[in-house]
This record gives sequence, structure tokens and C-alpha cells, in this order.
Amino acid sequence: MSQEANMRRVTAIKNGTVIDHVPAGKALSVLKMLGIGGDMSNPVSLVMNVPSKKMGGKDIIKVEDRELTQHELDRLALVAPDASVAIIRAYSVAEKLDINLTDEVVNVARCTFSNCITENPREPLPHRLIVTKRDPLELRCRYCGKKQDIEALVDNLI
Amino acid sequence: MPGLITMDDLTNDEIISILDDAERLLPVARGEIYLPLLQGRILGNLFFEPSTRTRMSFETAMKRLGGDVVNLGDVKTSSVVKGETLFDTIQMVDGYTDIIAMRHPRQGAAQYACDSANVPILNGGDGAGHHPTQTMLDLFTIRQSHGTLEGLNVVLAGDLRYGRTVHSLSHALVRFGCNVTFASPESLRMPEEIVADLKVHGAEVVETDDLLGQINDADVIYMTRIQKERFPDEDEYAKVAGAYKLQASDLDGAKAEMIIMHPLPRVNEIHPSVDSTRHARYFEQAFNGVVARMALMCRLLGVDVPATIGTEGGIQ
Repeated sequence: MSQEANMRRVTAIKNGTVIDHVPAGKALSVLKMLGIGGDMSNPVSLVMNVPSKKMGGKDIIKVEDRELTQHELDRLALVAPDASVAIIRAYSVAEKLDINLTDEVVNVARCTFSNCITENPREPLPHRLIVTKRDPLELRCRYCGKKQDIEALVDNLI
Repeated sequence: MPGLITMDDLTNDEIISILDDAERLLPVARGEIYLPLLQGRILGNLFFEPSTRTRMSFETAMKRLGGDVVNLGDVKTSSVVKGETLFDTIQMVDGYTDIIAMRHPRQGAAQYACDSANVPILNGGDGAGHHPTQTMLDLFTIRQSHGTLEGLNVVLAGDLRYGRTVHSLSHALVRFGCNVTFASPESLRMPEEIVADLKVHGAEVVETDDLLGQINDADVIYMTRIQKERFPDEDEYAKVAGAYKLQASDLDGAKAEMIIMHPLPRVNEIHPSVDSTRHARYFEQAFNGVVARMALMCRLLGVDVPATIGTEGGIQ
């Protein structure tokens, strides 16, 4: 199926953000990471598991009337590091943004190890996960040193 | 503020230089010479978990060097029981002391304290994480017996999963080119991420459940206690713990200079018959905790240990 056909599964948006090349099945995790839920008034369109030459299958997300910031997008590095992001203005791509995986992921998710000192929600220091490998992604908690379960991290988003 | 949280905080050269300092401090640790290098300094002993050797040897080390110690005391009667965060406790003790030794049941607590404090933190054990001051005294003991840390065959045995002493020690041994064998029951194997780290350092790691088969080639056998509470039932514990016991008759084929170490307390894993053999080193090892911690506190407080320690500079 062509790229155009994929994109036409949902209508083109006038203004907002399109996140393409999200790994198949990860769109809901991406929305969760971006804090986009049912309480938001902007229209959000999702297509999941559409064929992709590059990825085999992929998800696409369109968020209308909201331009996601670079800081918000960088959170996606945990689940969709290769996603491509376009800011749409007046039906045209106004900007293309990359997702940057920094060397340390700060205050995005809590460590997944149940006996980590950061388990106490009243401890005030930031949650810090160090990127120890990029492909495949591997993170360790700065404090307890435990390797993180990436799937479980999505449930530990801050 | 720099502290000692894991062995990664020290280079090999720093380890050797601290062990050299510790060696010169032996007569001070024995009380033969009074050398008040840390006079006027206060150690905060923050033990959120029970400890005998680590806490007492820190206290002895500071007092032998002329400094003083304040203790958290029983956690049950401290502000911790009122729900104080570790961050707040550290802020308070940071103001009272010049250096903090800490043990905490939560993994990562030492790094967390280090990030919260202005004074140096010495990790005396964080959950099943690290115990680097124990490693320094272990390395001191190994070097004292073998004259080197390099290229030795070291067997670490018992509870390798939860035993934090072996986590820190294995990192250090591999950095000095030791051959490391892990002998443990399947359920108490060394954590996967530690084995992965060791392999990154180029180590060939052997994992086995056969302790007795390792004795004859070993230069060091490092025993640890298998804790009953790690097992679902008593029978399973008895079966596993029975395979990790040493007695004097097991050591007939051992190298003459092979040493047996244990962070203590022991329960049944080293039979008292071993105590009188030439191989037993665990009580010297416990004493070495004092010199190793003296040298570490001097280093972290920026106090040089004199190149020669005799009657001059000290008070005999």
C-alpha cells in the first residue's frame, strides 16, 4: 500500500503534529508518554498496524491544533526512537523534527526495580535513567544501577 | 561531592595507592601508634539496617585516627520511623558531620545520598547492590596473603544473587585480571547485569553449582552466607545450604597458599574445623576492615597518610 493511501486512512489535518513511523502497536504508549488522554479537547487520530516498507508495520498519530515541543517529543525516545515528526500549518509541513535520545533520561519515568530508593514517592531528587546502549535501547537507573524493562517503563511514566 | 558508592569510583591505581596507605596504617589500627590524622573530624554512622563489623570498624577507624563519631542509633527510635525521607536525613547529618558511612535496605540509597550531600558518602551496603568498603578490605586481605591482586584464581561461593559483597568484589577482581568462578545454587546465581558488566571488562566468567570441585585450583575461596529467608521452604534451604559447606577435610588437595575468606557472620558454611587450618583468613579479614576504612576516610577527606609512620608524627 502506498504512503499516500496510508496517510489517507485518516483525514489530513490543518494544523497540529503528525508522528509517523511509530513501531506497530506502540501508538497508545506514545499517547501515554505525551500525556494525551481522553481529557484533552484536541482531536487525535490514530492508525495502527498499517504496512510500511521500512518497518514492516507501523502506527501513525495525528494531533490537531497542538504543536508538540521538542522537549515533549524527546520523551518518545523510549518507545519510538525512530519516529518522524512533522509540524503541520495550513495543511503543509512547516517543520520536521527529530527525536533525540539524550545520554540521560530525566524525570520521564520511574525506575522499574521494586527495591530502588526512588520507589518512595516523597523522595525529591529527579528520576534519572542512564542510556547505556542505544541499539537495542538499554537504560539503567542512576541510583540502583538496575537494567530497566522498557515495556514496564511505559507504566512508570511520570 | 565525591564518595565511594561502587568500585567504579576508584581507578586501579587509586585502589593500589589506598591499599598502600592502609598497609602503613596497620600499627595505628592495632593501637601501637597513636596518629591523630583526623583529629577534629566527625564521622556520621548512618546504619538503617543491622550491622556489626562494618559499623564498628568505621567507628574504630575514625577513633584510632583521633576523630569522633555520631551514630544514627536505632532506626526504630529515629526520625526515619516518622517518615522522614532519606534526602532530609542526609541534609541534617550533612550539617553535623564531615563524612558519612551509610547502610540502607534500599538499593541505590548510597548514590542517592551522595547526590543529596555536600560531605563524602561511603557506601556500607545498599540493598543487594554494592559494598565497596568491604571490597577494599577484601582486596587488602588478598594482597596481604598473595603479594599481588593480579591473575589469581578466585572462587566466589554461596549466595551470589543477594550477597552485595560479592557484587562489588567481582568487579574489582576482574579489573585486576583475576579468573573468577561463581559457585552457587541455580536460584542464587550472580545477577545477569553484573555478569554482563564483567564480560565487558573481558572477563571469562565460569558459573557452576559445584563448589568442592573448584578447591584444588583456587588461590582464594570467598564464602558467603546462604540466607534461609531466600527460600520458599525449609527443605529446599537445607538441600541447597548443605552443598555450600566447607570443612577441613575438604581442603586436603588445596594449594598450600590458598586462603578462605568470608565477610561474616557465618552460620554453617564454614565448619569450625577450618578455623585452625593455614587457609582460614576471615578473622584477619574482619580486622582489616579497620585499616581499609582508615585509609579510605583519609583519602576522601583529603588527608595524606605519611609515607613512613614511625614514632615521629605519631604518639607511641
